[in-house]
Amino acid sequence: MGILEIIIITFVKILIIVTMMLLSVSYLVYFERKISAWTQNRVGPNRVGYAGLLQPFADVFKLLLKEDIVPDAANKPIHTLAPIMALVIAFGTYAVIPIGPAVELFGYNIQLVVADVNIGILYVLALTSIGVYAITFSGWSSGSKYSLLGGVRSSAQMISYEISMGFSVAGVLLFSESLRPLDIVASQSGWMWNAIVQPIGFITFVVSAFAETNRLPFDLPEAEPELVGGYHTEYSSMKFAAFFLAEYANMIIASALIVTLYLGGWQVPYIEMAGLSAGLTALIQVGAFFVKMGALLFFFIWVRWSLPRFRYDQLMSLGWKVMFPLSLVNLIWVAVLVMLFN
Amino acid sequence: MLESYIPIMLVLGFAVVFAMAAVFSSKLFGPQRPNPEKLSTYESGVKPIGTTHERVSIKYYLIAMLFIIFDIEVIFVYPWAVEFRQLFAEFGISVFVSMFIFLVVFELGFLYAYKKGGFDWD
Repeated sequence: MGILEIIIITFVKILIIVTMMLLSVSYLVYFERKISAWTQNRVGPNRVGYAGLLQPFADVFKLLLKEDIVPDAANKPIHTLAPIMALVIAFGTYAVIPIGPAVELFGYNIQLVVADVNIGILYVLALTSIGVYAITFSGWSSGSKYSLLGGVRSSAQMISYEISMGFSVAGVLLFSESLRPLDIVASQSGWMWNAIVQPIGFITFVVSAFAETNRLPFDLPEAEPELVGGYHTEYSSMKFAAFFLAEYANMIIASALIVTLYLGGWQVPYIEMAGLSAGLTALIQVGAFFVKMGALLFFFIWVRWSLPRFRYDQLMSLGWKVMFPLSLVNLIWVAVLVMLFN
Repeated sequence: MLESYIPIMLVLGFAVVFAMAAVFSSKLFGPQRPNPEKLSTYESGVKPIGTTHERVSIKYYLIAMLFIIFDIEVIFVYPWAVEFRQLFAEFGISVFVSMFIFLVVFELGFLYAYKKGGFDWD
């Protein structure tokens, strides 16, 4: 394939992925509100459109028409840079996550992933590390004490859980022998899902993902009763919307990553025995990816509305004293498994 | 080889354009009526006390230093993990043992920090 063809195909993929991301993010917000209402025996949004289905668009337009307040005490360039960074990182990460097998379309063999790079997982980890900067910048540049405390807390929390996350991923790499997401999915054929082979790593990774996305029970950076809004206290209008969007996009990415690394990606066990046509199989597999992802997203929301928030010292000791040793145990366990069944 | 990175560049470029458009669009559509009260720092309605950028002793720098040390450990583990199966077939158990010794030595440092109360919060 020539450069031009790559660019055209990539543009189509980007358009599809971005539209999907924006729609899923706005509807994720809607579903979060609906599920929380359901958990708390309320009705939830039901005014705009049928059953409140147009609520996300109403929210976006409301935020678009609000005044963008930049406080006097803020460091203006960094105050503006932070939400842009948060959003760029959230969208950039999705580029390497495969949503389905390679398909034949219009005579081209197309991989259902925007960028098929052989260091995909490293790229994701690198971008999530940069994500810490977005939050630290927003907290520091706002010139508000709530923001500063939120930003500092958030960066400490994210770097603490990044280590257990890194070690859990190392366990996956032992099986896949590659950092390429497509190879990682391929290494989990049948029921050889990493969640089943290495349950400890799965648990540490999921917990770390919760902490990395700043979701409850780890949402200390924006604990409302003590820090008002945390790092985005001084943000309004579309800058606030950017952080909001990035938070939910990060949730989607975390779910997609968990599915890719631990739940077999787009694979459906023993589907090749059913004798379906290649197109139908691919369609079912893409569907399976989204079903797994949706289940995880529901789990994210369910946990948020069921569990109370941790205290900060509990959060840090869970990360360093429990999750880190557990992820090491998982690494050794997987290495022993590989040696036994080689 | 390098051409597989073109899509990443395109995605990041697109994301930058989209994010900037989103952030600056409120300047276009929203009202701009600043006044001193609105632009002051939010502190629950009370006049802000002192500035934010005073130097305070925080424990977070210790966490940051520990993070760097253990993150480097993770980076050492990755290439080993990717090549492990192949190396094991070639060199046998010594591949595992050498990494195990490395991890044990590192975890002695972890235990030392633990005993010294590096992970305690007061």
